[in-house]
Amino acid sequence: MAEIKIRQVAKQYGSTHALHSIDLEIADQEFLVLLGASGCGKTTLLRIVAGLETATSGEVWIGDKRVDKLPPRDRNIAMVFQNYAVFPHLTVFENIAFGLRMAKLPQTEVDRRVTRTAELMHIEALLKRYSGQLSGGQRQRVAVARALAMEPEVLLMDEPLSNLDALLRMEMRAELKTVLAESKTTTIYVTHDQVEAMSMADRIAIMNKGEIVQASSAVEVYRNPAAHFVGSFIGNPPMNFLDATSAGEGVWNVAGVQLKGPVSTQKKLQFGIRPEDIIVHQEGSAEAMGDRPSMVATVRVLEPLGSHLLASCRIGDEILRVVLDSDAPVKPGDELRWSPAPDRIRWFDPASELAVA
Amino acid sequence: MYPKSLPYLLLLPATLFLVLFFLYPFTLVAWQAFTTDTGDFTGEFFQEMATHWKFNTAMLNTFLLVLAVVPFQMVLALYMATLVNGMTRGRDFILYIWTIPLGISDLAAGLIWLAIFEQSGFLNSMLHGLGVIEQPVGFLGYQNKGTIFLAIVLAETWRATAIVLVILVSGMGLIPKEYAEAAEVFGASRWQRFIRVTLPMLKPSLQTAMILRVILAFEVFAVVVALGGTNLPVLMSEVFTWQYELRDANVAAAYALVILAISIACTLVIMWALRVPKGARV
Repeated sequence: MAEIKIRQVAKQYGSTHALHSIDLEIADQEFLVLLGASGCGKTTLLRIVAGLETATSGEVWIGDKRVDKLPPRDRNIAMVFQNYAVFPHLTVFENIAFGLRMAKLPQTEVDRRVTRTAELMHIEALLKRYSGQLSGGQRQRVAVARALAMEPEVLLMDEPLSNLDALLRMEMRAELKTVLAESKTTTIYVTHDQVEAMSMADRIAIMNKGEIVQASSAVEVYRNPAAHFVGSFIGNPPMNFLDATSAGEGVWNVAGVQLKGPVSTQKKLQFGIRPEDIIVHQEGSAEAMGDRPSMVATVRVLEPLGSHLLASCRIGDEILRVVLDSDAPVKPGDELRWSPAPDRIRWFDPASELAVA
Repeated sequence: MYPKSLPYLLLLPATLFLVLFFLYPFTLVAWQAFTTDTGDFTGEFFQEMATHWKFNTAMLNTFLLVLAVVPFQMVLALYMATLVNGMTRGRDFILYIWTIPLGISDLAAGLIWLAIFEQSGFLNSMLHGLGVIEQPVGFLGYQNKGTIFLAIVLAETWRATAIVLVILVSGMGLIPKEYAEAAEVFGASRWQRFIRVTLPMLKPSLQTAMILRVILAFEVFAVVVALGGTNLPVLMSEVFTWQYELRDANVAAAYALVILAISIACTLVIMWALRVPKGARV
């Protein structure tokens, strides 16, 4: 058990900056997910922590030990690889025992740990098989069992569920979460799947172009994106963004309506609202609107998704996505009168793309 | 859809070729080894072969050569393949250089090494030039069987390691890098990674290379003749001697069958020793 400190870690390949000075602290027993699109540097960062890749500069600490100059085997880590890397020439038992054998543990201890982790991952019936006789999901379980058997201080997982089909992925997600919570191991988990990240993580570090844009809880990154990128990356559909122009101290013109916003010297801001934080006003129920400003959007496309109805609308040449009730009586061409839930409005600086308070 | 007979039709030319130019002559040789001129079955040619004074020497020399050359070659090729595989720059260049001997015939290879080891060869000139020796040494003289043997081992290693190298390099290239990384993370040292991961996963390539090399090593001929003349008889040179000098095609055929039997036996042993259990294939 240990906390991880990543200090000003940077990685360059020739003239390409894969990682710009990353600072990140992961608490003891925390489950941190590195989330980002492919090429954002999340796997590189994980591999630097693992020792499979060397940082160009910066420090990595695990517990009280600086590890960035140590080989992987001296870091007290275990890893689950994207393609599992379950050795084909060894049985499931020997795969799980691999690290224990390298550590020269006595046979009784090897037996005990292999049996325990195999039971934990529900693969005790497969111990004599070879990897070629396993399904993808079973191989995945072997890879996790092999990592847990090490009882490492830090567990690193590189997109471990990305090769499974959708249903299996959902099952494994819940199961992994339970197992990892019980193991109380500090975990870094890399994924490009936001649902996976949000459902499993204690904290999500969202990466973009070699930088960590925001590192917070799932609800926090969803509600309060620290940057335009986070709002557009998290959430399906993503956050809506509309241009806002200054109309005096703390007042902003958005889609023809004046809204109260942050006091800023900027002439332009971006107004952000989640599709489900839009209140639609039914025709002729003016009193429900109270004194709220009412904006107009034209419905273009309707997507009935069962749990809700997704409406893609137009305001001028801007797009607004709205989550409606499945039974909402709208059709393409209708004009929606809407207003944003006031406490859910977020503002972004179009130049820096960061959130403005 | 194609007619069911198509695959067989497509196989026909190759099959005909093999039957005509391989199976038929082979049957003739086998027939020759076991029958007299009148067509009666006999074991006398094998007896004649085995009781000849050079038979045991030839057998011993061949086995000693195989035992000296092949294991050395395998280890060397493994080491070279590991080096090549670990290179990021200049990999192809080194590979081309190391595989040059592949393009040289075994007789030419023998002659190259003869130019080094003979009385007026490069080695003698060099040693003389350095003042190590006063007189040229007859490394390949009949009284120096040991140096002849050593020269043949060197020449054979130089000539035929490249083919093993090529097989192993391509085999190593097929092993995904993740396995080595997983082994590294789970505590294996460089040597342990090689022994516990690379080597077992390389078994199919090792098998191919071993079989190929062992069979060819039992058929060693031109290099031995070039460097040793008749001083170091091997099985294949005896076939030649019986066929062309003693003019006894029957005994030569018997020899050929013995070499074949040894090759088959070795192949079976190697296939068994380096077998990959079912389900354990990559």
